[in-house]
Amino acid sequence: MVSPIHLKVNGQPRSDEVEPRLLLVYYLREVLNLTGTHVGCDTSSCGACVVLVDGKAVKSCTMLAVQADGSEITTIEGLANGSELHPIQEGFKEQHGLQCGFCTPGMIMTALQLLERNPDPNEAEIREALDGNYCRCTGYHNVVKAIQYAAKKMKKEVFHD
Amino acid sequence: MIPNKFDYQKATTVEEAIEYLVEYGDEAKLLAGGHSLLPAMKLRLNNPVKLVDINRIPGLKYIREENAMLCLGAATTHYDIESSELVKSKIPMLCQVAASIGDLQVRNMGTIGGSLAHADPAADWPAGMLATEAIIVIQGPEGTKNVPAKDFFMGLYTTALAENEIITEIRIPIPEGNIGTAYAKCVQPASRFALVGCATIISKNNGLCDRVKLAFTGVSVNAFCDEAVEHALTGHAPDVDNITIAAEKAAINVDVLSDHFASENYRRHLAKVYAKKALMEAANNL
Ligand SMILES: Cc1cc2nc3c(=O)[nH]c(=O)nc-3n(C[C@H](O)[C@H](O)[C@H](O)COP(=O)(O)OP(=O)(O)OC[C@H]3O[C@@H](n4cnc5c(N)ncnc54)[C@H](O)[C@@H]3O)c2cc1C
Ligand code: FES
Ligand code: FES
Repeated sequence: MVSPIHLKVNGQPRSDEVEPRLLLVYYLREVLNLTGTHVGCDTSSCGACVVLVDGKAVKSCTMLAVQADGSEITTIEGLANGSELHPIQEGFKEQHGLQCGFCTPGMIMTALQLLERNPDPNEAEIREALDGNYCRCTGYHNVVKAIQYAAKKMKKEVFHD
Repeated sequence: MIPNKFDYQKATTVEEAIEYLVEYGDEAKLLAGGHSLLPAMKLRLNNPVKLVDINRIPGLKYIREENAMLCLGAATTHYDIESSELVKSKIPMLCQVAASIGDLQVRNMGTIGGSLAHADPAADWPAGMLATEAIIVIQGPEGTKNVPAKDFFMGLYTTALAENEIITEIRIPIPEGNIGTAYAKCVQPASRFALVGCATIISKNNGLCDRVKLAFTGVSVNAFCDEAVEHALTGHAPDVDNITIAAEKAAINVDVLSDHFASENYRRHLAKVYAKKALMEAANNL
């Protein structure tokens, strides 16, 4: 049995027929070829697979594609504006917030949720928001700095608008 | 990891969801946030034939005050409760319970009804429900029943919920008077579930505690109110000496869980430590 789904991914409308057991992360990676969203643990722990579903950061290895029917999804591919990086992406670049980069898409999508809910987080709040995102390389220190950089930059942009 | 094949159905009303449960019996499962069920299905520990998604049922996600009760729709997420000003102003401990669950992504998806139905021995909500004397509203083919939290949790992953029933609402009496509440949790660092979680509400009248509710999760096969601690503090001033004496009574006459992470003795010790922490914090919030 397949189920029809209609959704928007990074602003693009999509309609597909999927098996109900298809996980959202595999729909994104294998049906839409959006391989920026990673699978680390496949057990809801590591956060490499985080995307936004209707603005909420979700571990897409723990959601079915059929559950996302009617939703708007944002993946890491949807953040940059042409060649202009999103401030959070820029922060990771400027502050060396990544080494191998495997965890980075999930980190960035989670940071997006954090900064939307709390535009001026302190260090403890940033670390707490990253509870569900594991990094095996950086030791988190520069990840925190990257998000602080982005918070500052995004505040300035709001101010100038 | 890929779950076994199943049919997926979006229910649009509670009645429709119950019809599927009646029709398919133990082959059907309700899907709320999916954050307990999907991991189990991926591991093939749970293999429903019919998955009934209740997330799109209108009117199962809300937080409101009604007749001196906080009423929470069963499909309300942990995050919605954590960030609710109403909950914070009435029973702040419930926001602490919600905020202590898993991580930000889990709290965005997981629901209070799903957590109660699942009844993990280390889940946080059961302690909060017992300490607040919440009422679980359950609907089935025969109608609606109200089950007090103390009668709801019956054992390891076992509740008063029948196969063909659905939790629709949680009603929590809003405590009156001079009250202090707190949730103290010792986090299992790998799973983030509670190694020990202690929820408490105390109320003070003329300098003495006239009511003490204190419940544990993570300590035994299901969450429970620790009456020995409650009795030991009732009628006494909530000061550090009395709280220390009361907390020492924690988890004495219960079968305490033991696993590779925490032995029975260590867990019982933690229960006393976290009872004291929770009571001290509640006393400071009076
Ligand atoms: C990484 C991770 C960390 C976690 N950490 C914690 C933690 O620290 N503390 C904690 O308490 N929990 C934790 N959880 C569990 C989480 O809180 C779950 O969301 C919750 O236990 C289940 O809620 P759900 O809405 O996801 O339910 P689902 O997974 O959709 O369902 C769970 C069960 O409940 C049934 N069900 C769902 N809704 C209803 C209803 N309304 N009526 C009747 N039956 C229903 C389902 O059929 C299923 O059997 C964690 C989960 C993950 C993945
Ligand atoms: S791959 Fe989803 S949390 Fe690790
Ligand atoms: S940069 Fe390698 S896992 Fe985070």
